[in-house]
Amino acid sequence: MGKLDFYADIVGHEVIDHLYQLSSLLKNIKVIHVNSTRKGGGVAEILEKLIPLSQELGIDTKWEVITGNERFFRCTKSMHNALQGNLLDISDELLKVYEETNAQNAEQLRPALEEADVVFIHDPQPAALLKFCPKRKGKWVWRCHIDISRPYRPVWKYLRNFIKDYNASIFHLADFAQPLPHPLYLIPPSIDPLSEKNKELEKEEVYSVYQRFKINPELPTIVQVSRFDRFKDPIGVIRAYRLAKEFIPSLQLILAGGGAADDPETEIVLAEVREAASGDPNIHILFLPPESDRIINAIQRGADIVLQKSIREGFGLTVTEAMWKGKPVIGGNTGGIRLQVINHHTGFLVNTPEGAALRIHYLFHYRDQLQSMGKKAKEFVRRNFLITRHLRDCLTLMVSIIYNVEERIELG
Amino acid sequence: MNGETKTPEIQPFAVKDCALIAIATGIQAYNLRELRDKLTNIHPGSIYYHFWGSLLFPRFEEPEFINDFAAWAYYSLHDQALAERLAVIDPTKFADIEELRQELIEEIEERLYETEIVPWARPGEQFHFKRSQIVVFDTFKRITEPKELLSVLPTFTEGSVFYHFIDARRRTSGGEDDFRAWLVGFGDTYADLCHLIANIDPYFTTLAELRRKLSDLFQTYFRER
Repeated sequence: MGKLDFYADIVGHEVIDHLYQLSSLLKNIKVIHVNSTRKGGGVAEILEKLIPLSQELGIDTKWEVITGNERFFRCTKSMHNALQGNLLDISDELLKVYEETNAQNAEQLRPALEEADVVFIHDPQPAALLKFCPKRKGKWVWRCHIDISRPYRPVWKYLRNFIKDYNASIFHLADFAQPLPHPLYLIPPSIDPLSEKNKELEKEEVYSVYQRFKINPELPTIVQVSRFDRFKDPIGVIRAYRLAKEFIPSLQLILAGGGAADDPETEIVLAEVREAASGDPNIHILFLPPESDRIINAIQRGADIVLQKSIREGFGLTVTEAMWKGKPVIGGNTGGIRLQVINHHTGFLVNTPEGAALRIHYLFHYRDQLQSMGKKAKEFVRRNFLITRHLRDCLTLMVSIIYNVEERIELG
Repeated sequence: MNGETKTPEIQPFAVKDCALIAIATGIQAYNLRELRDKLTNIHPGSIYYHFWGSLLFPRFEEPEFINDFAAWAYYSLHDQALAERLAVIDPTKFADIEELRQELIEEIEERLYETEIVPWARPGEQFHFKRSQIVVFDTFKRITEPKELLSVLPTFTEGSVFYHFIDARRRTSGGEDDFRAWLVGFGDTYADLCHLIANIDPYFTTLAELRRKLSDLFQTYFRER
């Protein structure tokens, strides 16, 4: 029994059959995904799941990770922030490091990349690889995982020079898509319902995780799970908690997350969060190592409400995870969160800590709403944001660019 | 079934399923004049997508403004009059996308003529022109007798409903759904059933609701025969 068979129990056999039908057009092709970290962050998490499933469908799929020094990641972090809207100039010296690092990685990866039929390059870090693979024979696709709806123009202009030569780009939603001279596919990311982070857990396990961190599982609990990053607004979450606590005195807040290997700002933000929370024993800050998926699963399952009060967000996989666990989500009114949190259906979109506090108060007051929104949220994820849909979209894209499809792919 | 003789050359009804993958065109409109200008040249697939595509994408509420242009006029331009006028445009009443495009442009021009200030959207609320590619899957279910649809229709996925009842109108020569296109092959035997199917409004509804209506119709029809 293959892994795909287990997904059939969740999404239905017809969905798995669709994957096989699509993959029948992709036999004997070589696919490579390239990103900049093997662990930590949403991209690595998706690739970890997507690639084995793709292989199970008989598609030769590999995953390569570029390496770089501290200056390279400082540059790409600045790039990331600037693309998400921060007015941040990057020095020519750092941009030189960016290109040199891509060139060095290309030295190693070039034979495989030039031979591949489809190459997916994830995010800005490895985007310049294309320039260093002049004899590439396949189609190259740039997969953007961040919100670049209003990028700082000089940085986007610089990066665009590399992206424009790709055969296609993928964005999570239309708001993020920048004009480019190739097709701009809209593919939201996804979660894996069978992963350690999302599978069902016994109540006892959830309780034991809470007890391990000295958190009372019986008290009303709100949780935000995310990297310690200013775009996730952890300080705003603490403010929302304090406002809501005036109405719900026993309320407790868990801020749980880690850092990504390619994010040098984590420790600075973590220190800011600790300072903002100091003195309140009901705020639990959990800085977790990358292998904490099962703990995060338990923390989300034990919560009453999950928050994702981001100011900018590519998609917000933690929102999807929480919804899959039947939790209503109070999310920042930004980016991909808007695609998932549907006001009064799967949770609430908010613009301020005050807005978040209001909705926390509301959901604890109307417990039946809390339950029914959670149920709707789970079904919404089942239909739209599981990895099988994501894989179907990626296969469709590959069929489309390999066979130069304009509008219609007929299978069977 | 029903005693009629089936014409031997009629092919079985092949049940298909489908999914759409959305593609951004990169073309955006920030105000009503820009929407009018861009509608003039936009790919016909984009107009089709903004009228029909949302049926296959996530939503909860009953569609108040079923086409994306009307929804944008209401929620982003805050022009209720325009939203109402765009919302009543029924795409099934137009012979092709070009006629539909012209109707849209005329409604917008009329509104531009009436208003002193061109309605505009805030940053982040601009209209994104999208189009889609459709991928069609074979379910390998084949139906040889119309009465079999009684038990099969309730099991249709929403993708199957979209393919046979919505997408079919672009594929079939008469711009009709696949059920009627197939039933016509039985001569006049099912003319009354075809007439009933034609009366189902495919536009102001959801795919789940369409499935229910079609299933009910087949149930009633074959029970009464």
